Amino acid sequence: MTPASKIRVLIVDDHELFRSGVRSELRDDLEIVGAVGTVPDAIAAVRSLKPDVVLLDVHMPAGGGSAVIDAVRTDLPAVRFLALSVSDAAEDVIGVIRAGARGYVTKSISPEDLQAAVRRVHEGDAVFSPRLAGFVLDAFNTEPPVSVDPEVDLLSPREREVLRHIARGYTYKEVAAELGISVKTVETHVSTVLRKLQLSSRHELSRWAADHSLV
Amino acid sequence: MIAGVAGGVAEHLGFDPLAIRVAFVGLAFTGFGIIVYLLLWALAPLEEALVAAEAGAGAGVRAAGSGPRAVPAFRRPEIRQVAGAGLLVAGVLVFLGYIGWSFEPAVFVPILLAALGFAVLWARGSAEEGRPRLDLAAIGSPRQALLKGNLSLGRLVFGALLIFGGIAVFLAATTDIGNAANVILAVIVTAGGIALLAGPWLWRLANEVIEERGSRIRTQARAEMAAHLHDSVLQTLALIQRSKEPREMASLARTQERDLRAWLYGRAPSVHGARLRDAIDSMAGKLERDYQVKVEAVVVGDLEMDEDMRALVAATNEAAMNAAKHAGVEEVSVFVEVEDDRVTGYVRDAGTGFDPAAVPDDRRGIADSIVARMERHGGTADVRSRLGGGTEIRLSLPRQLATRGAAT
Repeated sequence: MTPASKIRVLIVDDHELFRSGVRSELRDDLEIVGAVGTVPDAIAAVRSLKPDVVLLDVHMPAGGGSAVIDAVRTDLPAVRFLALSVSDAAEDVIGVIRAGARGYVTKSISPEDLQAAVRRVHEGDAVFSPRLAGFVLDAFNTEPPVSVDPEVDLLSPREREVLRHIARGYTYKEVAAELGISVKTVETHVSTVLRKLQLSSRHELSRWAADHSLV
Repeated sequence: MIAGVAGGVAEHLGFDPLAIRVAFVGLAFTGFGIIVYLLLWALAPLEEALVAAEAGAGAGVRAAGSGPRAVPAFRRPEIRQVAGAGLLVAGVLVFLGYIGWSFEPAVFVPILLAALGFAVLWARGSAEEGRPRLDLAAIGSPRQALLKGNLSLGRLVFGALLIFGGIAVFLAATTDIGNAANVILAVIVTAGGIALLAGPWLWRLANEVIEERGSRIRTQARAEMAAHLHDSVLQTLALIQRSKEPREMASLARTQERDLRAWLYGRAPSVHGARLRDAIDSMAGKLERDYQVKVEAVVVGDLEMDEDMRALVAATNEAAMNAAKHAGVEEVSVFVEVEDDRVTGYVRDAGTGFDPAAVPDDRRGIADSIVARMERHGGTADVRSRLGGGTEIRLSLPRQLATRGAAT
């Protein structure tokens, strides 16, 4: 990161208070190019401002975060999305990740951690909060259906181990130290998990099970 | 007796059901009674739907709608319709007389009865207007529907022609009792005419009933939500405004967030913690309240609570409480995973840490509440801590064979 090229960030959240709060927290280190509160405004702002990173609320009227990603993903693949939300059902969070968000953090995150998460997403890595790691482990926990692609439908033991450590509250650096691997390798693992989550049909399976109270 | 039609008609007209039944049986011999009976029967579900829709609106309303004593209350607005229908029938009869049909009472009476029946059905529109919530004024009376609005002149004429045609065919058929096909044709043609005339109104009535029921459900849901928010969120916001301690404010906010999340996503805050996930969540909530730290609790999988799981939750609680009290941190991480053959729990903080070997013997918290408790239930507890390097307590408990496979 050179100071000359600050990361350009767009804040999308339907809560005015939260928008201004995040704006003032991040202003010093990131360039906040805009803050909008509705799905149509967000789509228009992403198209016109072409931000580097979009901080995206999961829950908004008219489709939520996924609707924003769906609308611009093919035209502007370089724009990265980081889901940021307060209290959500696993299905909603995983839905936004599957739509293309590079990570999920809760709104109670500290300003420093949020900044680090924005950087990480900007560099193309995935950001897994403990809660997201828990959701993902849960989603991949059910017995796999018979005719699935094991490449995307199963987590490797190593990936599972990395996710468990994140769920236990370890930072990527701490996970690396604990497992005796490099931080880069940890990042590779979580990026792979993210890709599997986006490609796998497992999520539908676990949602189906949840809907039918089998879980 | 067959489909309750006679009873229903009697109730509406305020007559003795027996008299109506006798009248129907008498009319049945002319054939017309059967038709009227069938028509009324076919139209009757409308009333059932109305009654069902009103079921929640209070017994008083129901009584007013169906009790014989309440009949005068809605017979008054009927008078115009009855008179109109009577005139209509008289006109038809005079017309038929002109074109050469002579008619005896056996024909005249059933037609009059039929007209009365329709008048009763239509008149419900006026009767309903006084009822609470159901806005039939918006629908308009059937007469209004006939005379203006969305009923085109063409359809009006055609519908009327069908009715008259049906009656005419019926009259022709009664001269030849054996001609059953014509009777059926008469019924179909007449019904078609009525459907054309009254159809749009009945359609709107049905829609209005559905709409009204939907809005009542929405109102109830709203009231429920308002009550809940008042008891929880508003109270917490008031407390936060009175509080002068930032830590206390944060703690109140976190607790409220946890409660609200549980309420929104269907996991009611459970005191007993019937499932592991609920137990861990409510444990975390209590710690946040009591020690004003953030407890980030992540649970993967779930299962029914039993003695072993209670021990695991108690040990987890003890470990997290230690972290909250002694580690000097703002946040404690709790992770519990239900695996195939065991349940594991991790409580971690990035705080001051301690040297497990240097814990004085009189501090029995970890030894008794965590390690010994886990061992009693066949599990293990492992404490990893380093001065200045945080603490992690790892718990593991094998699952009872009986509960295995019922994971996630």
